[in-house]
Amino acid sequence: MSEKIKELKVSAIENGTVIDHIPSNAVFQVIRMLKLDSFDSMVLFATNLESKKYGTKGLIKVSNKFFLPEELNKIALVAPHASIIEIRDFRVSSKKVVEIPAQVTGIVKCFNPNCVTNHEQVTRRFTVVEKEDLRLKCHFCEKITRRSNMEFI
Amino acid sequence: MKNKSLVSINDFSKEEQLRVLEVAREFEKNPVQTILQDYVVASLFFEPSTRTRLSFESAVNRLGGKVIGFSEAGSTSVKKGESLRDTILTIANYSDLIVMRNPIEGSARFASEISPVPIINAGDGANQHPTQTLLDLYSILKTQGSLDNLNVAFVGDLKYGRTVHSLVIALCNFNTTFHLVSPIELKLPSSVKMHIKEKNLTYYQYTDMEEVIPKADILYMTRIQRERFSDPLEYERIKNSYNLHNDMIVDTKENFRVLHPLPRVNEIDINVDPSPKAYYFEQALNGVFVRQALMALILGLR
Ligand SMILES: [Zn+2]
Repeated sequence: MSEKIKELKVSAIENGTVIDHIPSNAVFQVIRMLKLDSFDSMVLFATNLESKKYGTKGLIKVSNKFFLPEELNKIALVAPHASIIEIRDFRVSSKKVVEIPAQVTGIVKCFNPNCVTNHEQVTRRFTVVEKEDLRLKCHFCEKITRRSNMEFI
Repeated sequence: MKNKSLVSINDFSKEEQLRVLEVAREFEKNPVQTILQDYVVASLFFEPSTRTRLSFESAVNRLGGKVIGFSEAGSTSVKKGESLRDTILTIANYSDLIVMRNPIEGSARFASEISPVPIINAGDGANQHPTQTLLDLYSILKTQGSLDNLNVAFVGDLKYGRTVHSLVIALCNFNTTFHLVSPIELKLPSSVKMHIKEKNLTYYQYTDMEEVIPKADILYMTRIQRERFSDPLEYERIKNSYNLHNDMIVDTKENFRVLHPLPRVNEIDINVDPSPKAYYFEQALNGVFVRQALMALILGLR
């Protein structure tokens, strides 16, 4: 019985952010992108939850943390339909969706093995040339990295 | 354009490109000057490209400047594992301008962002070679009297040829009609065609070059490389089908000229060379004037 109560306690957060509608296979990627693996407040996550819209989904709850829009927009690369719910005093204070940014800096690897970013110490930078069918143009070698050959750092 | 690096042809606006061509004309009239006598130009060729390197070095020498550098990475600290960052930051101390050729794509953009002196990209892998584009534009301007409203035919490897890609993109500023002749497997990539479509210009695609020649003002020939083909027989067939002979250019327009970025293999027969319509060697010479103009502008001397 006491076990059960404990479980309820952790699933609701007093203050923080809930990231919902993450594709199940992208949950760990989102955790890395938001650097939650080294975060010191409570972080809860779930994968393979049932979703009416997408079949299954993942979800992350982070207490005592509100993200900047640019941090959240990064995750749009792997979770384009994620919704961001901010909780204050156990209540939903805002709800928004992520948006793919115009520039992607420091999180994606250029697929071109002959690109300078794969040889020198340099921050990788891309311009998003196509949002739907995600295509990123490398600032350096000018080649296009697509979702199918996208690798995250 | 003072202190501006040239990495990709798109770094310069149409007006800036035309300004380079205008100044090139000035150097063509008067190629031997002393304006660079107090300047040191670093010529860093991380892979050999004798033609491009000598063209740059000739341009500097004829203006009285000094050249330092290397013609291949083998004899340098790069071989010992020095990063490009360190090489550039060191050599920038010794020079006023760096000309760089490097097989790594994006290396010129990277160098331009860390270097305290301007960088001219003399080719970064398969990516960009903007001074070739400028000398091609200059050659077209000189032979046609204008860059506007021309019929330009490109023949050969249009898929991998970076000189073709850059020149097509640059010509999109001048209401060009494009005639694209290539084997099916070496067609111009859609990323380049996109630029033509954006400007609502017309392009035609062919696999055979003969019907294009009478329509063209400029015939831009390129080399087809054996390594692009998995089937050696297919290579032989195609190589011989894009072989320009003098009898093929007899019934062409008066202003018709044949261009080629060189080196050629057998796509232009040597019997074309004596024709007044063969322009590829003059085209190479134009490279010296264009590079003189570019360096003078970047160093603020024009
Ligand atoms: Zn790249």
